[in-house]
Amino acid sequence: MKFTLSWLKEHLDTEASVEEIADTLTLIGLEIEEVLDPAKALGEFRVAEVVTAEKHPDADKLQVLQVNTGKETLQVVCGAPNARAGMKGVFAPVGAYVPGIDLTLTKANIRGVESNGMMASERELELSDEHTGIIELPAKSRVGSSAAKALGLDDVVFDVAITPNRPDCLGVRGVARDLAAAGLGKLKKDPVKPVKGAFDNPIPVRLDFDKETKDACPVFAGRLVRGIRNGPSPAWLQARLKAIGLRPINALVDITNYISYDRARPLHVYDADKLTGAVHARLGRTGESFEALDGKTYKVDAEMCVIADDQVVLGLGGVMGGEETGCTEETVNVFIESAYFDPKRTARTGRTLNIVSDARFRFERGIDPQSAEPGIELATAMVLDLCGGEASDVTVAGRAPKSNPPFRFDLRLIGRLSGLSLLHRDILRKLKALGIALEGDGHVRKAAPPSWRPDLSIPADLVEEIVRLTGVDRIPATPLSHLSGVAKPVLTPAQKRARTVRRLLAARGLVEAVTWSFIPESEAALFGGGDAALALDNPISTEMSHMRPSLLPGLISAAKRNRDRGFADGGLFELGNAYRGLEAQDQSAAASGVRFGQSSLAGAGRHWSGAAPEAGWAAVKADAMAALEALGLGQGKVQITREAPDWFHPGRSGAIKLGPKTTLGVFGELHPDTLAKLDADGPMAASRSISAICRPRKPKARPSRPSDASDLQAVRRDFAFLVDADTDAGALIRAASGADRVLISDVSVFDEFTGQGVPEGKKSLAIEVTLQPRDKTLTDEEIDAVAEKVVAGATRPPAARCARPFSGSHSPTN
Amino acid sequence: MAASELDTLKAELLEEVASASDLARLEEVRVGALGKKGRVSALMQRLGAMPPEERRDFGQAVNAVKVAVSDALDAKRETLAREATAARLAAERADVTLPVREGPLAEGRVHPVSQVTDEITEIFADMGFSIAEGPDIETDFNNFTALNIPPEHPARQDHDTFYFAEAQTGRGPVLRTHTSPVQIRTMLANKPPLRIIAPGRVYRCDSDQTHTPMFHQVEGLVIDEETHLGHLKWVLEEFCKAFFEVPEVKMRFRASHFPFTEPSMEVDIGYAKAGDEIRIGEGDQWLEILGCGMVHPNVLKAVDLDPKKYQGFAFGVGIDRLTMLKYGMPDLRAFFSGDLRWLKHYGFPPLSVPTLAGGLS
Repeated sequence: MKFTLSWLKEHLDTEASVEEIADTLTLIGLEIEEVLDPAKALGEFRVAEVVTAEKHPDADKLQVLQVNTGKETLQVVCGAPNARAGMKGVFAPVGAYVPGIDLTLTKANIRGVESNGMMASERELELSDEHTGIIELPAKSRVGSSAAKALGLDDVVFDVAITPNRPDCLGVRGVARDLAAAGLGKLKKDPVKPVKGAFDNPIPVRLDFDKETKDACPVFAGRLVRGIRNGPSPAWLQARLKAIGLRPINALVDITNYISYDRARPLHVYDADKLTGAVHARLGRTGESFEALDGKTYKVDAEMCVIADDQVVLGLGGVMGGEETGCTEETVNVFIESAYFDPKRTARTGRTLNIVSDARFRFERGIDPQSAEPGIELATAMVLDLCGGEASDVTVAGRAPKSNPPFRFDLRLIGRLSGLSLLHRDILRKLKALGIALEGDGHVRKAAPPSWRPDLSIPADLVEEIVRLTGVDRIPATPLSHLSGVAKPVLTPAQKRARTVRRLLAARGLVEAVTWSFIPESEAALFGGGDAALALDNPISTEMSHMRPSLLPGLISAAKRNRDRGFADGGLFELGNAYRGLEAQDQSAAASGVRFGQSSLAGAGRHWSGAAPEAGWAAVKADAMAALEALGLGQGKVQITREAPDWFHPGRSGAIKLGPKTTLGVFGELHPDTLAKLDADGPMAASRSISAICRPRKPKARPSRPSDASDLQAVRRDFAFLVDADTDAGALIRAASGADRVLISDVSVFDEFTGQGVPEGKKSLAIEVTLQPRDKTLTDEEIDAVAEKVVAGATRPPAARCARPFSGSHSPTN
Repeated sequence: MAASELDTLKAELLEEVASASDLARLEEVRVGALGKKGRVSALMQRLGAMPPEERRDFGQAVNAVKVAVSDALDAKRETLAREATAARLAAERADVTLPVREGPLAEGRVHPVSQVTDEITEIFADMGFSIAEGPDIETDFNNFTALNIPPEHPARQDHDTFYFAEAQTGRGPVLRTHTSPVQIRTMLANKPPLRIIAPGRVYRCDSDQTHTPMFHQVEGLVIDEETHLGHLKWVLEEFCKAFFEVPEVKMRFRASHFPFTEPSMEVDIGYAKAGDEIRIGEGDQWLEILGCGMVHPNVLKAVDLDPKKYQGFAFGVGIDRLTMLKYGMPDLRAFFSGDLRWLKHYGFPPLSVPTLAGGLS
């Protein structure tokens, strides 16, 4: 919403400066987007008179001027053909910034002649594209005075952002009323005087709705003004419209635009000679269409409120009029429409047809329902004033819709909600200035909101009015009560887990990324997603069309981009939601990591101490296991199976399970097909642990039983087994651990070997078993007995179905 | 045996000791001199055959030789051992200027948005706020209707909402456009008094130089029977001071409009620009950082709370924006690029956990 200072002052009696007005508007909720002061922008430009003009000695098209700037006479070289002695124009001195050529002037030497400044054209001042000559000011302009003033550009323009709850401030008078209520002046009295009709309105107005739809257009005022002379509107009106960025058309159209911005009251004018019969407001009919003022043809439907005559649709009520019946310079009889259109229906119509107009903007926010009659009177007066003619009576069809009913307002609510303590007198004065009538006395009053404020319907709304007009800076900051002496922990177990996992993965050398929650359909499909149900209706692009089923595609793509940029080795991780459906329970938190190139816990890439291994299943398994370990789910508590999803390498991936049903995570090297489809290169390995984060049980933060660290020395025994090459070490470990659950405290694998000495199709697995005596030192016999049980357990099905001791010997290492 | 013979023997043995070049040769010398069949031991064996008066003098003389040789052997052994160690150490010299691997703690990073979320959490936890969460894909009711944005409300257009293709417009789920639906979830699930913040991802169908279709907000909500705008002002001022780690902060509260608060305000923070750097707490320029207000009675009614009894405030802040302001990041879009150069530069080391005791940054 734009307006000029002089326009504002038509409604507001104020001495306030531009700055005060701007600051106040911002504080009371009418946020200033820009204050444009042309006088300031053109401050250095002055009115000057050309004293003499002579041909440049060395250039045909240039003249050498002697220019009187009011202070001195300067020599200026000028290329404009219209420069001549005796004319007055706009002078830019050395040091002035000329916006049209984006240049700060310096003293120049043009073909041997010194030039001190320039005489400006309209284009150089960015007033228009005119550049055939320099600006010629009226002879009466005072030499040395401000050029902006001489050009009629001294009116400051305010650009204000109006929030959707304030349709009243889409008119200058509404803004003026707010400023007056904020104490910045007095709202001028401006009663609209009715124009007496000289004859009966010959054009009937009909509201053709049934009971259910009559709120589409509850009131319609119309009148004919005949014998007018349309043409360009007067300079003052054109100047105002231009200042706020509107293009003057002709007097009749300019009047409607002016009143729309002056009073937030949209109107429409029809060339009455192009109408057939009565004017109807009704719903559209399928098949109907009309050509609008923007030159486009729109199809209407039965949800839209149209204005029609007896034959055709003329326009869309509250949105846009028709080209056919619009007013031109030839119009001699004008029919003026001042109606109220339902905000919701107007918004829907505008949205369906994608029409943006000043009228729609106002009607969909809700204009003053009582303004139909004053609006038409104001328009008539202006038409008679600017175009002459003779006005008919006003025909009013229907009745203005009711505005918000009065409500009970307890003045103490202001203190309760805002903490302000104000005198009743001040409260009443502010509300009255806004047009809010308060009846009764004491604390509880009856408040009647004015018809132009659809946003005021409950007591809290009035508190807002008082608060914004008083200023929040007057509210004392009040400490919240402390709920406890020392702040209590506030994170849920899941939040704590997420924090732990985040820092843990970062501590393993991975870098946290945040990638988009939406990914291309092809990538979603690759990771088990891509359902139509999770497709966005209005994605930003096809690259962001589907909610991600996994964090991995985003991380793999990011890894690929980093490799393309020359970062060949590294690791990324992310914590965030993966989506399986639209319901809350289908959106689960996951932690995922990707390692690429040569990357492991020790580091990435080449190094003199030894290059990092290529990103493989072991490195990412270690990442996933470490995350689980931090949550109290170490290697001893989980099982590793080969049930990894098919985007992984089938032989180099696995699932981390807690019992047969719960999958805590998956890990592995990525399937070459997966990488190829994502246009990425290996080596790349990834892990994901969904349940690690959202697992409901709270891990114990403190040890629940005393440490069982024993003073007795542990005994270690090594065993080697020859097993089938596809035997999983995990099975052997489980079997060995199970041999004596009391004494065996740890089983680790220290060698996996194939090659010389090991038959084809077999491998050697070497394990170290730790026996921890509990209450007395173990005898050799006891140790041997456990060792036999280990061998027996390991060679018994199903643990290692084909295992047999490869080397019966066992050597104590301690 | 003459004393001169003993002297000669002593001199010979000492010379052998002195000339031994390594520990093995020295041992040969020792055995040759002091071993069972050594030359000094052989002299000692002659003692038994001597008359007692000679025996004493000779014994003393031989013993003196033995002691001298033994001492020389010890000294020489020590010298040789020192030399051997020195030689080994010299051979073991390494180029310690070789750079070592920095280790995972130096390589890893926490994303600035996560770090700042932890900072915000730390501050509000101290003021007694819990952390609430809600899903990204929200119901239309939670995202709009319960927040006093009925269908057809113009504010719905301002939100640039992402809808789902198969869902019915105006009914079906949406990608939440703000964290405010967590207010609704919280109030439906819990009874007042309530103090929560809700950080998370939000989505708007908007993408240009300064907007990304996904970003982060933190919602704040306090509901009880007495909390008013003065408390809101205090909380936000305290938060800004703590977050920006400045002793004083200039804030400007401007009236504004949000459908879910009444009265509503936008808050600007004062700053000064020094070159490309933004300094919070100085200067006289204003930067909008958040929207807030008293929870609208219609919102309370939507969650079955009686607005005559309960009241409170809500606010919403852009986490990415706060992050950019505090740590001087120029471009929002880089947040979501996964670019290691950016993440390594702006990310935080894994162990720099923000705490109030140790300072946030």
